[in-house]
Amino acid sequence: MSTDTPTEETASFHADPYERKWIMFSLVLLAAFAVTVAVAGFALGFQVPGDETRVDPRTVADAPPWSQPGLRDLGNGEYEVYMLAQQYLFQPREIRVPAGSTVTFYVTSVDVQHGFKLQDTNINMQIVPGHVSKLTAEFDTPGEYPYICHEYCGVAHAAMFGSLIVEAGGDS
Amino acid sequence: MTTLQPQPTYQLTGQEKRFIGLHLVVAIFALAVGSIFGPLQAFEWSGLDLYQYLEPIGLDDYYKGLTAHGVLNALVWTTFFITGFLTLTTIVGLKRPLRYPALNRAGFWLMVVGLVMAAVPILAGWASVLYTFYPPLEASWAFYLGLTFVVVGSWIEGYGFFFTYLAWRKENPDTRTPFITFGGLITMALWQIATLGIAVEILTMLLPFAFGLTSGTDPELGRTFFWFTGHPLVYFWLLPAYISWYGMLPKQAGGKLFSDSLARLAFWLFLLLSVPVGFHHQFVDPGIPTGWKYIHAALTYGVAFPSLLTLFTVVASLEYAAHRRGGSGLFGWIRALPWNDPSVSAQLLAGILFMFGGIGGITNASYDVNLVVHNTAWIPGHFHLTVATAVTLSFMGISYWLVPHLTGKPLWKPRWALIQTWLWFVGMIIFSNAMHVLGLLGAPRRTELGTAPYVPDEWNGHLLRVSIGGAILLVSVTMYVVTMIRTAAQKERVAAGGEVEIPVAESLRDPQLTPLWLDSWRPWIIGTVLLILLAYGPQLVEQISNASLSSPGFGP
Repeated sequence: MSTDTPTEETASFHADPYERKWIMFSLVLLAAFAVTVAVAGFALGFQVPGDETRVDPRTVADAPPWSQPGLRDLGNGEYEVYMLAQQYLFQPREIRVPAGSTVTFYVTSVDVQHGFKLQDTNINMQIVPGHVSKLTAEFDTPGEYPYICHEYCGVAHAAMFGSLIVEAGGDS
Repeated sequence: MTTLQPQPTYQLTGQEKRFIGLHLVVAIFALAVGSIFGPLQAFEWSGLDLYQYLEPIGLDDYYKGLTAHGVLNALVWTTFFITGFLTLTTIVGLKRPLRYPALNRAGFWLMVVGLVMAAVPILAGWASVLYTFYPPLEASWAFYLGLTFVVVGSWIEGYGFFFTYLAWRKENPDTRTPFITFGGLITMALWQIATLGIAVEILTMLLPFAFGLTSGTDPELGRTFFWFTGHPLVYFWLLPAYISWYGMLPKQAGGKLFSDSLARLAFWLFLLLSVPVGFHHQFVDPGIPTGWKYIHAALTYGVAFPSLLTLFTVVASLEYAAHRRGGSGLFGWIRALPWNDPSVSAQLLAGILFMFGGIGGITNASYDVNLVVHNTAWIPGHFHLTVATAVTLSFMGISYWLVPHLTGKPLWKPRWALIQTWLWFVGMIIFSNAMHVLGLLGAPRRTELGTAPYVPDEWNGHLLRVSIGGAILLVSVTMYVVTMIRTAAQKERVAAGGEVEIPVAESLRDPQLTPLWLDSWRPWIIGTVLLILLAYGPQLVEQISNASLSSPGFGP
């Protein structure tokens, strides 16, 4: 190297003043995002699925509650749905609840990975054999909400869906 | 090599040029084949199923095509282009030949063997498991083993770069690592650390299972291993484009790298932060506590920071270049950039679309916001802006000087190349925007939507736009491949003295003034390992100790 090479002593971290402002702006922006999603998730209830029970995919469909997949009425407008996913259908294929219901979905798979996305809601879950995926949503607006498999599960994956029907005039 | 004289630029030998060129031949071949399948999927979405006409050649299956598209374009085109390009940045930056050329050759040919081994089962329909190959969907053992060989081959090429660097470092103890080499070495180090996840998944779970040694897998643990690799994989794709944006594009535009310090800091932060973020691909998975998911979300915002640094430094370098070319004005300088150079145009357009890709990426990382887009068409919409544009269009741009340099032949019809870059830009805007909108409307990704019974009418216009965008991209990629073939195959050679140079940008400030901690491996490697242990360690211990290989395999 040439002899007029600067020495270690003169080396320093160099950032342009504009660059420093950009760095501050970037850090504040990202911190604001991190706080916002944390508040939404942990305080306001926009929560993602967590760690639920494990099951054995080979035998899960043999014993309750999974041997009888479907809707359970817990009273007070609360429901739970136990649902099995398999190539290429959901059991149950159709669910009916009155408007104003709160529904908790428990979904597992008896074969490969599937997805469970309930359209027009925040219910979006990966369905993994060996685990139970759980999320809750409230349904105030009557109508038909398709739930579709959104994880590739084999050749007829595109045919895998079901319907949640929210009926008007619930006896709430 | 203890000379005190400034060294002249290194001229690649014929053998080195052929070796780098071989990487490009495989890469461009993979891109050419893989890109045929992309538009077939895009057309199917608007009801034009061309797959049925491919039955005579055994390619009539949408998901076989989708697997081929993902593996060839996202894994093969990128990995071969990158290992070839990093061979160049290692040799040219350090101004010395590879320390062990035979080692690098061995790595390359192992990658080729792996590619063939994986390609056969894909095309035969024994591996229609897509490029995520989530268990317990089962593929032929040859598919898993082939992928393993591709990864191990790329590791070996990486070792070759590291040995070359160590030899150079011995001869140049006090010199800052030249930037393009520095970036390449970090890219390879990141790759070696990141691919440990997928290596463990394949070697401990998928191969024993495919060989029939075990009766099942643990699919959730498999996902955790996969995404340990899966996210840093995108930085393995992206960083070589960044090397060009920071270290080459400023030269092509007539300027210099704005800040050597910030550029190096960005690369170290990518090494530090790109692995411990994998759970952001598993936000909606069961079996992982929400607290750990949130920690990975926060770290993902962290890895967005070096990309924001990159935005500033690259734009500042370009603005400096534009001012030297007589450009002025708050945004008016942009017009003064050499837009007529297809290599520059490709990379500028890639950078513009990458800004939108980055914004979408932050959306995906946003923990609960991800509920809206997870596994929807939004996701491929996003990564067609990142890997398929920021990376792929930049690589196309690089090859517009690289192939003429390697072959000693002029670029065939530069005007066509220029049009090609704009077609990619326009096609991708149409395609990607439609995909993002479809995702927000709830359309699932990688699904044969032309046959799906639940598609509402409101999706139809967007599905048509996906097809139109795909058609434009098909024209663009064809023009690229033809340009590459015609450039290499022509008889005409460049006139003596008119050889296409390798653009290596100087830094505005002497790199020797960059502090030593930005050119020291030890603290950053230690930090990277510690952060991975903190962010992944407890969950890996938990998931591995609770592992249950109870999930039997199923065909797709």
